[in-house]
Amino acid sequence: MSEELVWRIAGGSGDGIDSTSQNFAKALMRSGLHVFTHRHYPSRIRGGHTYVEVRASTEPVRSRGDGHNFLLALGDSFARNPQEEAYYGTEEIKPLAENLDDLREGGVIVYDEGLIDVEEIPDFDERVEENDWHVYPLDLREMARDMGREVMRNTAGVGATGALLEYDLGHIEDLMADAMSGEVLETNLEILEAAYQQVDDLEFTHDLRAPEGSHEGEQVLVSGSNAIAYGALDEGCRFIAGYPMTPWTEVFTLMSQHLPEIGGISEQVEDEIAAAALAIGASHAGVKAMSGSSGGGFALMSEPLGLAEMTETPVVLVEAMRAGPSTGMPTKPEQGDLEHVLYTSQGDSNRVVFAPGNAAEAYEQTRTAFELAYDYQLPAIVLYDQKLSGELRTVDESVFDREPTPDLGSTLSEAEIAEAAHHASGKFRRFKRDPDDDGGVSPRSIPGQQGGRFLATGNEHTPEGHISEDTDNRVAQLERRLRKMDAIRDELDGRESTHQTLHEPVEGADYGILTFGSQQGTVEEAVDRLAADGHAVKSLGVSALMPFPEAEVTAFLESVDEALVVEMNGSAQFRGLIQKELGRFGPKLHSLLKYNGNPFEPGEVVEGFETIIDGDEPAPTTRFVPAAGD
Amino acid sequence: MSGFNAIGSDREVEREEFTPGIEPQATWCPGCGDFGVLKALKGAMAELGRDPEEVLLVTGIGCSGKLNSYFESYGFHTIHGRSLPVARAAKLANPDLEVVAAGGDGDGYGIGGNHFMHTARENHDMTYIVFNNEIFGLTKGQTSPTSPKGHESKTQPHGSAKSPIRPLSLALTSGASYVARTAAVNPNQAQEILVEAIEHDGFAHIDFLTQCPTWNKDAKQYVPYIDVQQNDDYDFDIADRGEAAEMMQRTERSLYEGEVLTGRFYHETDRPSYGEEKREVGEMPEEPLAEQYHDDDYEWERSYDLLDTHK
Repeated sequence: MSEELVWRIAGGSGDGIDSTSQNFAKALMRSGLHVFTHRHYPSRIRGGHTYVEVRASTEPVRSRGDGHNFLLALGDSFARNPQEEAYYGTEEIKPLAENLDDLREGGVIVYDEGLIDVEEIPDFDERVEENDWHVYPLDLREMARDMGREVMRNTAGVGATGALLEYDLGHIEDLMADAMSGEVLETNLEILEAAYQQVDDLEFTHDLRAPEGSHEGEQVLVSGSNAIAYGALDEGCRFIAGYPMTPWTEVFTLMSQHLPEIGGISEQVEDEIAAAALAIGASHAGVKAMSGSSGGGFALMSEPLGLAEMTETPVVLVEAMRAGPSTGMPTKPEQGDLEHVLYTSQGDSNRVVFAPGNAAEAYEQTRTAFELAYDYQLPAIVLYDQKLSGELRTVDESVFDREPTPDLGSTLSEAEIAEAAHHASGKFRRFKRDPDDDGGVSPRSIPGQQGGRFLATGNEHTPEGHISEDTDNRVAQLERRLRKMDAIRDELDGRESTHQTLHEPVEGADYGILTFGSQQGTVEEAVDRLAADGHAVKSLGVSALMPFPEAEVTAFLESVDEALVVEMNGSAQFRGLIQKELGRFGPKLHSLLKYNGNPFEPGEVVEGFETIIDGDEPAPTTRFVPAAGD
Repeated sequence: MSGFNAIGSDREVEREEFTPGIEPQATWCPGCGDFGVLKALKGAMAELGRDPEEVLLVTGIGCSGKLNSYFESYGFHTIHGRSLPVARAAKLANPDLEVVAAGGDGDGYGIGGNHFMHTARENHDMTYIVFNNEIFGLTKGQTSPTSPKGHESKTQPHGSAKSPIRPLSLALTSGASYVARTAAVNPNQAQEILVEAIEHDGFAHIDFLTQCPTWNKDAKQYVPYIDVQQNDDYDFDIADRGEAAEMMQRTERSLYEGEVLTGRFYHETDRPSYGEEKREVGEMPEEPLAEQYHDDDYEWERSYDLLDTHK
C-alpha cells in the first residue's frame, strides 16, 4: 500500500471544521498529493459533533480509508451540557471520545486540553497503551486566546499538525492569504507559526510524516456537487429552480451563484412541485433547464416528472439521496431512493437515470443527461447521495477542458418548421406518431416560433396535441415514447466510452463485485486489496440505471462464478434491479448491505466479501448493523 | 436575428385567428360559462393585436383546462393545480411571450393554492384567469373551495361545514397587482377586463364567474350582475389597498347573498413586475434567455474558466 495520511479533524458543528479541512486538503494537493475527503456532520447548524477526514497519498485515492492515522480533536465549543450526563451524553469530550474507535494502531492524537478532559473518557490511558497511540495534549484554546481570539484554535491545530508531520506551512499560509486579509490574516498567521514552533520543540514519539508526491498534470479539488454544476453549465443549462433540502442544496447553491453571472436564471420557489414545474415551463419555452431535490422533495416532483414524460419536455433533475424513509437522517448518505427514482409517477416509466461513481463521472454523466434529455425529449435524472455530494477529491484539470454544448437537441428552426408536416387545421404536428427518426423522436417547436403552434398536454394526444382516447392513437403514441428508451440504449451501447466502470486488477477473475453510484471507488479499493491477497476478483461500477446496460452487466455476470452486490440500503434494491432487467443470475448474486448512515469503508467490503463469497457457508445477504468501525 | 418571429409582428389580427382551423367538438355543456371566457379571450387578444403564435396559454385540469383545445395559440395543458409554475417559468425564459394561465376554482384556489399565493406575491407579468363556478364540474359536482357554506354534494352529504375561500382578498393579500371579477354573462365587461389584465405589467388575477348549468344550478347565471365601476353605490379607489380590501370583502360576502358584484377591485400601476425586479438585482439577463440559444455569436462560458477556486 502506498504511503498515506488520513487526517481527521473533529470538533463542534459550527467550529469551522469544514473550512479548515478544505484548506488543509487543498494545501496537500498543492504539495503534489492526491486527496480525498469524507465529511460527517449532524443535521444542526451549531452543536453536535462533526468531523472531516482528509486522506492524502502519493497515489490516486478514490475512497475514504479504513479509519484514520491522525486525529486532531478540537473540543466542542458549542457543547451545551458539558457537566451532566444528558440524553445525548456528555458532549464536550465527543470530538475525542467518539473518534477513537476508528483510529488506527500507532496513530497520532492531538487534542485540545483546554476543552477536553481525558479523565472523562473511560479507559483512555489503557486504550492509548493498547493501540500504541501517540498523544500530544495541547492547550490550543489558550494559544489562540493569547494571540488573537479563541475561535482561531483551528489554526493552532493546523500549526501543530504541520509540526508533527514535518509539513511545510507555505501552502497553508498562501491559502489563508487568499481567504482573509488585514488583522485577521496576521493574527492567524502568528497563531499558526506559534503553534508550529511550540510543537516543534517537543520530543516526537511517532513515525508518521506527510507523504511527498508530485502530480503529472494540474489538479483541481472538486466535490460531486461542483462536478454536477459544471456539467450542467457546460451543456448550456441556464435555468434552475429549486427548494432547499439537504444535501441537494449544494448543487442548487452552486448553480445560483454561477448562473446570474453568466446570463442565466435561478429561482428559489415555494415547493418542489413548483420547482420541477418551473424547469418544465422554462424548457418548453426553449431554455436548457434543471431542477432537483433529495428524497422527500423529489417525491413531490413525481407529478411534474410524469408531465415531462407525457408532454416529451426535456428536463434534467438531480436527486441527492439521504437516509429515508420520510425525514430519515437528513445528513447521512444512503442509496435507498433507487426504486423511487426509477419508477415514481403514474404510468410506464420513460426516463433516463444515471448514478455517477465519482466527481469526474458526475461531470460527464450530467452532460450526457442533458444531451439525452434534449435529444430524446424526456426527463433525465442524475442520482447521487450525500457522500458524493460532499466529498472533495483531486481530479485532473483536463477533465473539464471541454467545449460547451448549448445545443437544444431535437428542436426545429422556423425555416425547418415551415417545411415540416402540419395538420389541416394549421397546427404543427409536434407529436408525429411515426417520425422519420426511428428513435421515436418527433422534433419540437418553441413558443414564439412562426408556424409551430401546437398543444402540449398531459392527456394522451394526437400528433398535433389534441386530447384523444382513440385506441390506435394511444397504442402508437405510447409505443413511440417507449421506443426512445431502446434507441438510447443502442446509442449508449454504440459509443466508444461506457458509463460503467470495470476494475480488473487481475486477469480471469472468478468473482465479481457489482455496485452502483457513489460506492464505486470504495469497491475498487477493496478489489485491489483482495487481489493483493490473492483473490481472483473484479468489480463493475454501474452508472446507467435506466435504460439498463443489459449487455455489459450480462457479460460481467457470465464471466464470474459468483458476485457480490454492494449497496447502501436495506432491501437490496440494486440487486433487485439487476434481476428484474436480466431475469437471471439470481443464484449467483449475494448482497452486502449497509444502512447505518455511513458509507462503506474498503475494509468492510473486503470483510464482507471474505465472509460471503469465501466463507464456509455463503450467505445470501450480509448486513453491517452496526458496521465495523462505525 | 430573433429565433421567434411570431413575436412582436405588430400586425392587424382578426379574432377568428384564435379559432382552430378545424375546431374540436366542445366538451363543454350547452349554456356553460366557459364559452364566455373563450369568446372574451379571443376578442381581447385580437383587440391587442397579439399573434396567436406569440401567445402561450397554460391551463390546469378540469373543464376550464380544455380552454386551449378551442383557442388557437401555443398551448400547454398541464396537470391539476400546476399551471402557474409552468407559465411563470415560460415567461422568465422568454419575457417576450404573452403568457396567460387559466384554470378552475379547485385548480387555482384548492390544489394549486400555494402556487397562486406565490405567483401573486412575486408579481409575474402574466394574466391568470380563474373559472369560478363554485363547483367541481368535470368530476360531476363535488363541493369546491368556492362553494358556499352548507353546500350539499355527494362528497359533502350533510352540507359543507367550511366557509368558502375569498379569492379576491387572497389575491390582494398575496401581492397581485391587478384584481378583477367578471362574469361570463357580461361579455363586454369581460373583454375589457381581459384587455386591461393582459396589458398590465404584473400579475393580473381575474376571478371569472362561469355558470355551470349542469352541476351548479343553484348559482343561477350570475344575473343580475352589478358593475361596481358603473354604479354610484360603490364608491372606492381601486388604487387604494385598504379601500380595495374592504370592497373585496363585501363582494365576496354578497355573492352568497345573491348580489353579484363585478368589475375592477385593485390596480397597482407603479409596482415593478418580477422580471423587472430580478433584472434590477442582476439575476436576469436583459435579452430573453430563450434567444441565447438562437444567437450564433453568443459566447458560452465554460466551467474550465471557473476552476481557479479549486486550485
